[in-house]
Amino acid sequence: MPQLGETVTEGTVARWLKKPGENVDKYEAFVEVSTDKVNADVPSPVAGTIRELIVAEGETVPTGTPIAIIDEVAVLRQAQPDDRAAHPDAVLRQTQHGNEASPPQAPAAQRDDLAAQRDDVAAQRDDLVTLSVSKGGGTAALTPPPAANGYNNAPSANGLRVSPAVRRLAREHAVDISAVSGTGANGRVTAADIVAAATPPVIPSEAPFGRAVEGPPPTSQHTLIPLSPARRLIARRMVESKQTAPHAWTMVEVDVSDLWAWRTAVKDAFEREHGVKLTLLPFFMFAVTEALRKFPLMNASFHDAGIAVHKHVNLGIATATEGNLVVPVVRNAEERSIRGIAIVAGALIDKARRGKLDVDDLNGGTFTVNNNGASGSILSAPILVPGQAGMVTMESVVKRPVVRNDAIAIRSMMNVCLSLDHRVVDGAVAIGFLGDLKKRLEAMGPSGAL
Amino acid sequence: MKTVPERAQHDGEPVPGFNASSDGEGHGAGSGTQRLSNHEAVRMTLHDAMVADERVMVMGEDVGVRGNVFLITTGFLEEFGPKRVLDMPLAEASIVGIAVGMAMQGLRPIAEIQFADFIYPAFSQIVGEAAKTRYRSNGDYSCPLVIRTPYGGGVHGALSHSVSIEALFYHVPGLKIVAPSTPRDIKGLLTAAIEDPDPVLFLEHKKTYRSVKGEVPEGHFTIPIGKADVKKIGTQATVVSYGYNLHQALDAAEQLEAEGMSLEVIDLRSIRPMDKTAILTSVRKTRKLLIIHEDNKFGGIGAEISAMVSEEALFDLDAPIRRLCGPDVPAMGYAKPLEEAFMISTERMRDAMQALVRF
Repeated sequence: MPQLGETVTEGTVARWLKKPGENVDKYEAFVEVSTDKVNADVPSPVAGTIRELIVAEGETVPTGTPIAIIDEVAVLRQAQPDDRAAHPDAVLRQTQHGNEASPPQAPAAQRDDLAAQRDDVAAQRDDLVTLSVSKGGGTAALTPPPAANGYNNAPSANGLRVSPAVRRLAREHAVDISAVSGTGANGRVTAADIVAAATPPVIPSEAPFGRAVEGPPPTSQHTLIPLSPARRLIARRMVESKQTAPHAWTMVEVDVSDLWAWRTAVKDAFEREHGVKLTLLPFFMFAVTEALRKFPLMNASFHDAGIAVHKHVNLGIATATEGNLVVPVVRNAEERSIRGIAIVAGALIDKARRGKLDVDDLNGGTFTVNNNGASGSILSAPILVPGQAGMVTMESVVKRPVVRNDAIAIRSMMNVCLSLDHRVVDGAVAIGFLGDLKKRLEAMGPSGAL
Repeated sequence: MKTVPERAQHDGEPVPGFNASSDGEGHGAGSGTQRLSNHEAVRMTLHDAMVADERVMVMGEDVGVRGNVFLITTGFLEEFGPKRVLDMPLAEASIVGIAVGMAMQGLRPIAEIQFADFIYPAFSQIVGEAAKTRYRSNGDYSCPLVIRTPYGGGVHGALSHSVSIEALFYHVPGLKIVAPSTPRDIKGLLTAAIEDPDPVLFLEHKKTYRSVKGEVPEGHFTIPIGKADVKKIGTQATVVSYGYNLHQALDAAEQLEAEGMSLEVIDLRSIRPMDKTAILTSVRKTRKLLIIHEDNKFGGIGAEISAMVSEEALFDLDAPIRRLCGPDVPAMGYAKPLEEAFMISTERMRDAMQALVRF
């Protein structure tokens, strides 16, 4: 039973989408699970054949409980059907879909058998050089298996001994341990080996980085900074966004004098109460969310099939970290107060700076805000996050003389810029959205409620 | 075993990242430094503390007329008088017990146990009285007491002049234990110990008394108790040690550096409180840990460090945690081969480090 959400401890099998004997592709939904938080189709972690459904429809089990057994397709091709049970490797390669963070667990019926055979494999690890394992009187040929389950049974590779760091890093970087040649003692795969394997090789020629800069390759006249995986990903996504979404741009000036006064009046108490600094960002995010609800087309994605308008506002925050740019997402912003946004956003930004963001913190954004003003910018034209129709920026708050009631007044002014995907919205909607946002920000003042 | 060379202190050396733990060291350090051995650093620190604060006094066996068996308090009796420099009878329970009472009444006694091997009669006064004074009196009394004692072997001290005692005491909440290895750290931590409002057991490895020299800041200078020091920066494995072994570990790590291996060496300095952050930060970087101490392995300081790292950083570990420690035998032999078998040689340290890097 997968864990659908950090605090979820159990799940109910709502409906099996596959029956025993049916084939399932990797990532194909094979079961519908419901929890108190979500209902979700769960994708298969492997391609193969459903062997057994352990948990009945309607039954609720703790997360991590095995719910089904899938025979992995690679194994079926390799092993003879009749000696499969006597084939330790094949048994090891049966994948239970469960909490993948734990070691595989078998249902009671199989567990002993499985454990015994795994022990057998472990005990005979050193004998694998002979490429044969005796079991129940018969001898099954052990072909060195293709990499699939992260175990390396190759004769020389000290296979089943994987340090905690290697196991964790391999999972994080999606590296197949058995495909890595180890540099440690007796060919052990070390943590450094995994990190090296996770660093992408030289740029493949078809990689969409845009056209390379013309001219001679780096020489002693240059300092070459190798591309980190993060830098590579940013490059790819920026090019993808700029090449697929026709960007348009517009800007408004916002008078944030009253908002500034409000924030100044409450920030110390807020920080004392919540331990989070109260910046302008949560006020801004709240106003953006309200404006998006009035202009839902701005909270949408372009697809060939049509424009997908999102039901929830999942607001990304463009956050610069050391050498990297991440966009953690405040989910369901439309359900949150300014206070709530401030707390969640504060925690996310803190996690981002410490490099502790989970995948869940980064996925699912529908619109993005970018607080460029914090670093002094007064004008910017951001590149959209792929799949989002818009991004707004908060620029520096500057005191400027402005005309109010035919007199010159000194007010705290902030530029708000909007980049938009012109496939999704036209100028009228965009300017309507921006005007609405401006009105909301200018209406915010010390009499408001956090 | 090779002798420990004179090791320059990292203070003022242009090595980036030294004192990376940024423990706020150097409080009040004067402008200059002077070069001292470890025993001279103890002497100078005690002397300065007695000059600065008349509540500070020393007491112990032979600290007066004899001026301490290592000549640390020579001249103190003449300079500070018999009320502040007390020759005590051969009765350690009394030395510590009387010092506890003096400390509770506002003095700042520094009780000396002549050799750590003699501390056992005072166990009750240290563990049962000094460490519990604050708790027992509901905070009405504290016990600002320092117990200094030379410990450790390698000097042909045999059965009763070689023991390491830190593990006997580190189980006790309420007691701080400090074991610095360099003159600079001795000055900073002994000053901090004297100024600390609670009891501190201050351990001085006797083999480093005259073999280790280094620059020591002049003037008032403290180092916070509970902060380790990264004495050498590296990337492939972390070595945690203290005392005499620390210097050998640095030698071994430097030898391996020449062979292209990069070891990070942490000087624990404070046994308790233990600087978990410094250890974990380093282990999370190097993913491998070797702990070296002269005290027996079973239930030693390394056991606690190992357990702590297993609890907090298991998924950062790329190798089993290794410990290189004294053997579990009742005492250090007098015969040279027996003593050498007990003391951990630099060669053994190097082999263990190399094996861990290559694991």
